[in-house]
Amino acid sequence: MVIHEASESETDRVFQALSDATRRDIVTRVMTTEQSITQLAQHYNMSFAAVHKHIAVLERASLVTKERRGREQIVRGIVETLRNASRLLTTYEEIWRQRTHQIDVLLSDDQGKG
Amino acid sequence: MPVVSSDTDRDALTLTFVAEFDASIDRVWQLWEDPRQLERWWGPPSWPATFVRHEFREGGESRYYMTGPEGEKAPGWWKITRVDAPHVFEFDDGFSNEDGEPAPGEPVRGVVTFEEIDAGTRFTIVTTFVSEEQLDEMLKMGMKDGMGEALGQIDGLLADARQSH
Repeated sequence: MVIHEASESETDRVFQALSDATRRDIVTRVMTTEQSITQLAQHYNMSFAAVHKHIAVLERASLVTKERRGREQIVRGIVETLRNASRLLTTYEEIWRQRTHQIDVLLSDDQGKG
Repeated sequence: MPVVSSDTDRDALTLTFVAEFDASIDRVWQLWEDPRQLERWWGPPSWPATFVRHEFREGGESRYYMTGPEGEKAPGWWKITRVDAPHVFEFDDGFSNEDGEPAPGEPVRGVVTFEEIDAGTRFTIVTTFVSEEQLDEMLKMGMKDGMGEALGQIDGLLADARQSH
């Protein structure tokens, strides 16, 4: 198993993009269902232009794609990018699960010896 | 497994890991303080760790290496930045060069706290990474087993994201 190696600038863009609550919410919404910017903008107490700006940040981080369809701009999530960021932290967590297991075994040895 | 909770914060790049053990606080503290015991759990089973230096006091440093199945070595270092036995200690954990001395690059920060509870001892470790790149490097060194299981968890994480939507 090889962990996907991303360039530093790419990964920084992803984390920077996800550091904002509105942008995280947008990502969550468009990961399952594509939505137009107009639809998305209804959820937030901010101007259409501000929402548009957030989407541009997400686009640069490859977290979403934007496509013009008639008069609408449709936003869709790119699940692979999110998956990669999650994978790294989840995998690190696995190291600690394993260490915890090893500690548990070690402590059981104590009890075995009485 | 005595894992109580594990919380990854993708934005802050931290992992907060909580585990409880049926043992006294002093006993659990020893697992970190005594290098011979630390060696029994720090590395994955197929990459056991050897601590050649371990100064478990404020300002103290450690040097260790993990040995892989083919005899390859992955060296690392610690710098202990705070010790308040048996309650809390903080340390930086970084990579070393082949000579065993610290390599350039930012270390990972760890804060470990110990609490007495009815069932024994709870410890919480908060690990903070400076960048995703660093986390990636760390994984390559520290993570040799259990990868499949970890990858299986991603689907759960993504499912959570969908439910909260």
